[in-house]
Amino acid sequence: MTNRPRRAPRRTGLACVLALCLATALTACGSSDDGGDDGGGPADVTAALEKGGTIKVWAWEPTLKQVAKDFEDEHPKVKVKLVNAGTNKDEYTALQNAISAGSGVPDVAQIEYYALGQFTLTESLTDLAGFGADKLGDTYSPGPWNAVSSSDGIHALPMDSGPMALFYNKDVFDKHHIAVPRTWDEYVAAARKLHKADPEVYITSDTGDPGLTTSLIWQAGGRPYTVDGTEVSIDFSDQGSATYTRTWQKLIDDKLLAPTVGWSDEWYKGLSDGKIATLPIGAWMPANLMSGAPKGKGSWRVAPLPQWKPGKPVSAENGGSALAVPTKSGNKALAYAFVQYANAGKGVKTRVHDGAFPATKATLESKEFLNRRYPYFGGQKANVIFSKAAADVPDDWSYLPFQVYANSVFNDAVGTAYTSGTPLDKGLADWRKASVKYGKEQGFTIE
Amino acid sequence: MAAFALVFLAPIGYSLYLSLFQEKLIGGTSFVGLDNYQQALDDPQFWTALRRVGLFLVVQVPIMLGIALLVALAIDSGRLYGRNFFRVAVFLPYAVPAVVATLMWGFMYGTRFGLVGDINDAFGVSLPDPLSADLVLASIANIVTWEFVGYNMLIFYSALRVVPHALYEAAEIDGAGQWRVITAIKIPAIRGALVIATIFSIIGSFQLFNEPSILKKLAPNAITTHFTPNIYTHSLAFSGQQHNYAATVAIVMGLLTMVIAYLVQLRGMRKEA
Repeated sequence: MTNRPRRAPRRTGLACVLALCLATALTACGSSDDGGDDGGGPADVTAALEKGGTIKVWAWEPTLKQVAKDFEDEHPKVKVKLVNAGTNKDEYTALQNAISAGSGVPDVAQIEYYALGQFTLTESLTDLAGFGADKLGDTYSPGPWNAVSSSDGIHALPMDSGPMALFYNKDVFDKHHIAVPRTWDEYVAAARKLHKADPEVYITSDTGDPGLTTSLIWQAGGRPYTVDGTEVSIDFSDQGSATYTRTWQKLIDDKLLAPTVGWSDEWYKGLSDGKIATLPIGAWMPANLMSGAPKGKGSWRVAPLPQWKPGKPVSAENGGSALAVPTKSGNKALAYAFVQYANAGKGVKTRVHDGAFPATKATLESKEFLNRRYPYFGGQKANVIFSKAAADVPDDWSYLPFQVYANSVFNDAVGTAYTSGTPLDKGLADWRKASVKYGKEQGFTIE
Repeated sequence: MAAFALVFLAPIGYSLYLSLFQEKLIGGTSFVGLDNYQQALDDPQFWTALRRVGLFLVVQVPIMLGIALLVALAIDSGRLYGRNFFRVAVFLPYAVPAVVATLMWGFMYGTRFGLVGDINDAFGVSLPDPLSADLVLASIANIVTWEFVGYNMLIFYSALRVVPHALYEAAEIDGAGQWRVITAIKIPAIRGALVIATIFSIIGSFQLFNEPSILKKLAPNAITTHFTPNIYTHSLAFSGQQHNYAATVAIVMGLLTMVIAYLVQLRGMRKEA
């Protein structure tokens, strides 16, 4: 008889924790705090390029591969080591650990907008203003630029953005003779009609997604988070949040949302076969649709995001990320040179060509970009809509400095609104409570 | 000995050390003594998680061990046709990695495109959703039972194989029936194995992690970030960067498991005496 514990694999949970503990162990001895100093000026960048060297880049964005190659070709003395250290949360954990440990920190890291706060707060990112980033304010759309800059400096350069639009399956709408909704009220009405005409068809799927929820509140004019250094306030009782919950509650109550978890196989299947009829989502979606729901080719179209109230159209950002230079990078000037090349220089064109959605105004407004016809969308010039949406994003939104954590517990609190009839606003109130508790534990002043 | 200290004691010692500190995003690390333990004892999320695995333990473990014992006795009785095939077939699920097994069951549980959905379509019924908040623990218990019946069966079967056959012959001569043989000879003979299997199962239940953690992707609203103590520890450490508190919870959990396993062992051994 073997003396092996039953279910040995479960040990991994604890083992991971212990491994992590060991990683932090290095913190105690290896950390030398060098604060948030910037490290140089534009001249240093030129000098660093001439001198050459190696930089390590952590990113999961696929179009960077070609950019890194081009950058090396242009600067033969420079070597770019592009590493995929995990996608979003996984990378942040690794990055946080590397920063704490003070070793193995990359020179450039991809960080989503909503997660930047966690790193700027602990002064883990270099202020890029000194290198010349302060002159790039007009280069980018307002949403992304606001997300990377604060009164303390410029913490990263926007890589891509996700102004929201409504992706919809035209064939499904045509079949049931339903007009594409222009307001959220029309959206609810369309959801009812669609589901009545064919009980297998849902207007969209949602099982509780913090990204979507915060983006729609953003669009509705809600500003639940205010952040001033370490003073934070969280409040979902404002008008904008109420507008969102009122409408979304109707969709939940009438069971008009497919209970399909986003990004699952089932979800892609629903997008392919017309069971999920629309997606309110960021403009980076086309590449995912093409690869994940190839059967939907020709059926899907893009429309502006439905509006909460009449008047000037408003959109919001959903996802999107930036490239930052950690303060513990050994070669900040060279790192900045790469970031600048990829996100403001020639790299942008390369990335757009490969399917990325840019954050730079010039590209968003260029004829070549706007005139691109998507065969997947029946030849539609979808970029016109995305580009317009990018300009319609209000730029005064902020995320929590610990949004990564808050998002991770979203479903604990708000999930019950989707499964067991808790009112959505009550769910958001519970989410607020969990976020406040964590924030206080972490030393924030929260009102 | 040095190797033992390094790989075995050092992590535990380090966890203990960690559990005495608190690291904040604002304000850095400070020594807090036993505050983390105080917090853990007052933490409703920790206690719900613990109650959940406790419930799992008292329901799932007897079912699983009962089935395993039945199968072992059936195979051992020698009356089963195709005994070797049966033995391998029951054991086979244990050879499937837990991650794969859970994914497989996860697909079957799907009410829209999974097996449950297909049954609903084929018979025009509407089965309850196995991944709903009310049923998900039972669904996990089902997966775990499927995975580990074979393993426990093998423990029992091996123990049964070493029982001297002379005992059975003697019993037969005395006119004992099969049932009597089982209760008077076989089960007392394998008590040691039963106790061991029970202890392993208790540890396994308290450490429940893989199955719920994988199913969470399919049922994010039914499985919370504090569904089981291990999942709670994991999310504290990885989503919340609360390594110190995670270490504390892990230690409290480890102590509890040890105490309960020890009590079971005491009780099991006393009977044997």
